Amino acid sequence: MNKFSYIGKSVKRKDALLKVEGLSKYADDYVFEDMLYAAAVRSPKPRIKILNISDAKAKKISGYVTLVTHKDIGGVKQWPIVINDYPFLCADETKFEGETIALVVAKTLRAARKAAKLVEIKYKELPFLTDPLKSLEKKSLKIYGSDNIFSKFIIKKGNAKDAMKKADIAVKDEFSTNYQVHGYLETQCAIAVPEPGGLMTVHSSTQCPFYVHDAVAAVLGIGYNKVKIVQAVTGGGFGGKEDVPALVASHAAVCAVKTNRPVKLVYDRKEDFMSMSKRHPSWSSVSYGAKKDGKITSCIIKYVLDGGAYSTLSPIVLWRGAVHAAGPYKIDNILIEAYAVATNKAPSGAFRGFGQPQISFAQESLIDDLSEKLSIDPIDLRLKNIIGPGAKTATGQKIEASCGLKEALLAVRKNSDWNKKIKAKKFSGEKARGIGISAVYYGVGLGAKGKFLDRAGAYVNIFRDASVGINVGNTEMGQGALTVLSQIAAETLNAPYENIRVQEVDTSKVSDSGPTVASRTTLMSGNAIIEAAKPLRNRIFTMAKSMLLKKGAESSAIMNAYQGVFSMGGKKVSFKEVIAECWARRLKMGEQGWHIAPNTTFNDKDGQGDIYSVYSYNANIAEIEIDKETGVIKPIKMSCAYDVGKIVNPVLAEGQAEGGILQGMSWALYENLVYKNGKMLNPNFTDYVLANTNDKPEYDIIFIEKLYERGPYKAKGMGEVPLIGMAGAIANAVKNACGIRVKKIPILPEDVWLGLKNKRKAK
Amino acid sequence: MKMKKNKFNKIFSLKCIVNGEKIERDIDSSLTLLGFLRNDLNLKGTKEGCGDGECGACMALVSGKAVNSCIMMAVQAHGKSVITIEGLKDKNKLHHIKKSFIDEGAVQCGFCTPGMIISAQALLKTKPKANIKDIKEALSGNICRCTGYEKIIGAVKKCAKG
Repeated sequence: MNKFSYIGKSVKRKDALLKVEGLSKYADDYVFEDMLYAAAVRSPKPRIKILNISDAKAKKISGYVTLVTHKDIGGVKQWPIVINDYPFLCADETKFEGETIALVVAKTLRAARKAAKLVEIKYKELPFLTDPLKSLEKKSLKIYGSDNIFSKFIIKKGNAKDAMKKADIAVKDEFSTNYQVHGYLETQCAIAVPEPGGLMTVHSSTQCPFYVHDAVAAVLGIGYNKVKIVQAVTGGGFGGKEDVPALVASHAAVCAVKTNRPVKLVYDRKEDFMSMSKRHPSWSSVSYGAKKDGKITSCIIKYVLDGGAYSTLSPIVLWRGAVHAAGPYKIDNILIEAYAVATNKAPSGAFRGFGQPQISFAQESLIDDLSEKLSIDPIDLRLKNIIGPGAKTATGQKIEASCGLKEALLAVRKNSDWNKKIKAKKFSGEKARGIGISAVYYGVGLGAKGKFLDRAGAYVNIFRDASVGINVGNTEMGQGALTVLSQIAAETLNAPYENIRVQEVDTSKVSDSGPTVASRTTLMSGNAIIEAAKPLRNRIFTMAKSMLLKKGAESSAIMNAYQGVFSMGGKKVSFKEVIAECWARRLKMGEQGWHIAPNTTFNDKDGQGDIYSVYSYNANIAEIEIDKETGVIKPIKMSCAYDVGKIVNPVLAEGQAEGGILQGMSWALYENLVYKNGKMLNPNFTDYVLANTNDKPEYDIIFIEKLYERGPYKAKGMGEVPLIGMAGAIANAVKNACGIRVKKIPILPEDVWLGLKNKRKAK
Repeated sequence: MKMKKNKFNKIFSLKCIVNGEKIERDIDSSLTLLGFLRNDLNLKGTKEGCGDGECGACMALVSGKAVNSCIMMAVQAHGKSVITIEGLKDKNKLHHIKKSFIDEGAVQCGFCTPGMIISAQALLKTKPKANIKDIKEALSGNICRCTGYEKIIGAVKKCAKG
């Protein structure tokens, strides 16, 4: 009876066939009758006062239809997110290079883009800010409120300053990290289709159709029940399709209303780089104090995120970063101050890890420096201090039973042959090998700062032919949601996996289920499906039993349900037969489910509270090789262990791990976005380099399944976890290889080269 | 069909074979092969990822070679045979590389997948016994942001002989 039909099995992806055949329809693949195309007119400078907009020249382009400005917005002018400071279309002042000022609508994409370039903006340049630390200075230019601060958090436990003074050993350093661009292969795209009666349907490439729904209703000033957002197959997200698709869709919708025609707005790669969200650049000052035996007694952190020109998701990105900033350690005295500040650059936002990877890099680097000062092996130091069941986090939350961090550290230590390699001779000829560790914890779901959004719905509908249609509110963006949710439904209903079809999200078919972020989809939509399927399961199982008894099964026998077949005392009946009988008896075969996350708390005064309902855990060991002559770092092997609860689909989970590792590694070593005087210099894949096949390291993926009682089949959340600790592990491996502590991300060959050169000089 | 000329764009009578079918179209000579495939022939499986020839999402086979169709002009396909992801088949069966991508879990968001499969096909046609190094090199122009490449390389390796 305990044998699962589908949970824990690597069933084939639901969407793979159409994707390999090239038949999946992404937003840009849709064409509607009479469809027009929009293109954005963008701010040419980091900050300008707009004096005049003229389409006199643009009008001459064949196919030109109209110019759309803020004056054409029928609803609210500000995009509603967290703090509503971002105008849908700027009226008089732009705040970053690439910000949308207006849109040109034309009969072809080519004409729209050509005409957009010919729209003339008369402007006056205004002074601007690009450095987040300068932005914090009292005397700096003010571009947001009275202090340029979008958001600020304090986490305070015990007396960190006092404990730091009393510590036997203290370490302190400053770290910085650069942007990361999502590089989802499909650029932003939305098609707005106006319909009679003032209705608006939008086909959108998005992680969060309900955010798009909010924005489109607001910008058009129409009721939520007149808006329908349909998610098109989405070509990658990673956080980059969390908030900003709402902006793209709103622009398309305003154009569609003005022209009363369907309008497609698709971004080219350059404008996607220039105007869409990114991982926040960060600066941090971190210190740890410890006793001689390695017990960490104090942690003080100041953490600053460069939010860019508008607040967008900065407040909640900052919050996640701040509450996790001290690392997965039990420390009695903690003081964390965190700020998200304004600069005149593209607004930063959500990116896999959501404010955690930057500070994880900093604090995990410093934990290694502490271990060096203490002469304690880095893994031993971590093992001594990590949180485990019953221990308390930085916010005073008691960790529950589902915690496999210790097992994760031990597993990677063993698999990577750490004890031998950490002490091995580093240089052989021109190459030096290094090995580094990082430990990570991750609060699953939206947590206390997003708790009012932390609910999800599902509708499970069993048709007469025993096929099952399911509507959920969380999206597939490549991570495998359609497949994992289908497995959960099939398992609960004892339906054959092939019978399940989870449909693309349509906001008119399921209640607002919050965003598809925070590694919450398996947990939240999975539980919602189980809620919906439970009453159906009761009906189906009762019916199956009565049919088996009628067939002559012994009533004392136990009924077995496996992969769509019910069996009892040698008799069998199929899911299909049972469903036919349920329908013949007019039983209710459609049900709604609704799941809300357990309550969480956060005290704004001291940052204490039970902030997440559960945590996932991870340990990473990076092995790299450095070329002494060039400073080039070659990733060799990544051994990574994860406790994300029950693994629903091992192959998909491995795919999440491998993808996250490479994305983290790519940020740590290659990706380097360059802004100069508020101008982005490399908004393309030629000059902003992503890891390719030749950079791929060897992966050793280990799953430690610490079951979570409230999770769907005891799963937690996985998607973001693998990226978070990679930069820290790699930085520690670089240090181990050549003795150079690089305190910035990306760690470029020139950083290592320069470090080695200075070291030689010092000798 | 008569097309209006303008002073920038010359009309070109393009003849080529796409997915085995003879095509004759008067096209704007400034059209890219990607634009021609997607918009004129409605073959939407070929994707635009960057428009710069850097990501490989737009790859198609032209005379058997994998090309970035976003930086190739449609007129350059004149007199040639073009195969897109839609046309890649094993005698009306699911193409073996496609099947291998499904079986090995090499697909996530799917946007890079057509280009990856086209690259893999071009490699295995010329090097049926391709080793891991060959595969990494051949796919190095195809960016995937989801998978970490492990399962993609594995899927192609499974199709290589020996």
